[in-house]
Amino acid sequence: MEEKIFKALMMAATMIIVVSLFMIIVAVVKRGLPAMSWDMVSKIPGGGFYIGKEGGLLNAIIGSLYIVIGSITLGLSFSLPIVLYINLYLPEKSRLAQFTRLSFDVLFGIPSIVYGAFGFTLMVYLGLRSSLFAGILTVTFLIVPILIRSIDEVVRRVPKEMMDAALSLGATRSEIIKPILRQVAPGIITAIILSVGRGIGDAASVLFTAGYTDSIPTSLSQPVATLPLAIFFQLSSPIVEVQDRAYAAALILTFIVLVLSLAGRYYSRKFSKNKI
Amino acid sequence: MNKIRYNNYRKIKELVLRNSMLFLTVISLSFAVIIGISLYYKSVPILDQQSLWSLLSGESWRPLKGEFGFYPFIMGTLWVTGIAILISLPLCLLSAIYLSEYAAPYIKKIVFPMVDVLAGIPPVVYGVWGILVVVPFISTTLAPHFVEFSTGYSVLAGAIVLAIMIIPLMISVFIEIFDALPGGLREASLSLGATNWQTIKKVVLRKSFPGLAAAVILALSRAFGETIAVLMVCGNVSEVPNSVFDPAYPLPALIANNYGEMMSIPMYDSALMLSALLLFVIILAFNAISRLVLIRIEKNFAL
Repeated sequence: MEEKIFKALMMAATMIIVVSLFMIIVAVVKRGLPAMSWDMVSKIPGGGFYIGKEGGLLNAIIGSLYIVIGSITLGLSFSLPIVLYINLYLPEKSRLAQFTRLSFDVLFGIPSIVYGAFGFTLMVYLGLRSSLFAGILTVTFLIVPILIRSIDEVVRRVPKEMMDAALSLGATRSEIIKPILRQVAPGIITAIILSVGRGIGDAASVLFTAGYTDSIPTSLSQPVATLPLAIFFQLSSPIVEVQDRAYAAALILTFIVLVLSLAGRYYSRKFSKNKI
Repeated sequence: MNKIRYNNYRKIKELVLRNSMLFLTVISLSFAVIIGISLYYKSVPILDQQSLWSLLSGESWRPLKGEFGFYPFIMGTLWVTGIAILISLPLCLLSAIYLSEYAAPYIKKIVFPMVDVLAGIPPVVYGVWGILVVVPFISTTLAPHFVEFSTGYSVLAGAIVLAIMIIPLMISVFIEIFDALPGGLREASLSLGATNWQTIKKVVLRKSFPGLAAAVILALSRAFGETIAVLMVCGNVSEVPNSVFDPAYPLPALIANNYGEMMSIPMYDSALMLSALLLFVIILAFNAISRLVLIRIEKNFAL
């Protein structure tokens, strides 16, 4: 009897979780769709945009892409060597490797507002103003832990025999980097997709550092608009037309994130197929 | 001759690569320390002026008069995260038990991707959902039963949004813990004649308790630092909330909301950086503790 009650409760809890996901998506789509138009994704804000006149969100879309592309590139160039080092050079039970894993697990939990504040102090220290560069830097801090932890998961699963075979044939450790990277490429892509999702949706980190602008930046030192901030700022406007744009931006962002999550799923499935 | 030179080249290349990778790894480890130090360095001016305790327990927040009391914000954070955990813990626990002990594989195949999607939705979209659905629901449907008036921008709205946001993290760690339990334990209990439910209650839950606690701390620290979504629905009034229908002003929201004017008022930036430092230290400690517990569990069960 007790079991039956609890089982019903469990199913209800699972239902609530699933339904709340649908509720979120339905709410965003229902409010965002009427506000969508071709102008939204193809135009930058025109004059009087913020009192409800014409224009679109192209500045924020492109800005978000710039930030994400920049920080993924920067992030990968840090995280790949680190992951390869702790997996190729260090013995399996190495203290350093375990400590590195732990510390990135912990860094993963640090909220983006702290990274934002840190990025801001760094910016002040270096004498920078809020800019595309500062935004990229801060988002890189945010995504490096994700990149490292998820790439590490796949590199760890590369069969040790494979490395041993290459080493016994006389290859140096740095020479087996290439074949290993080829082996884990789909895993790296999944990791990238994950971090793009996190990077593109995060507002608190770019709030301090990237600034906001109506135009598309042409250099690293110019401020840049981002989608999450476009939502955040325009939602606080009292004018309904401007609020509409926030909902349209929310729809665009949700769409991007959903596509990314589907793509990630597809790639990780492909990867697990290859593995067996 | 050529061969020797080629081999030397390979050796040098190996050496250079190896050491530069080691260098990067060590640098990356000092990263947390650098964040801590630079935030501390920025908050020294205000700590010189007032003691940490008087800042933490001070109730008035008037930057223009130089009064920086964090108490309302700390209470706001505690209210919102506490209620968020209260809402999502039972949901996640029940659902995680169901998914790992009862559910048919096809149900997992449907639910897991959805939890993934939920995890991927950006905070600001949760905030939008909060404004569109949760806030009006509270102000028009729920609050009138309890209080005279509430705008809906309240502790409860923040807590509901946060609760949904931490579900993916909590549920996936819970399921990992249940899956890490050795199957032999369950079988032993079942073979002694215990029912499935008795096994769950007396064996699975008891055995995985430390892990579950660690997972809750992990989720708690995630909730602690969540900024934008909470900021959008909490109302942001710097007073200690008295009920769940009162507005609250959590610490992260304080930082995010005031970055604009902080450079123009003396000590303001220092006060905000101090709150970032507080968040950083608390969350770092929470995370480190729970990760260590989780690692130990993984090791113990792997035997």
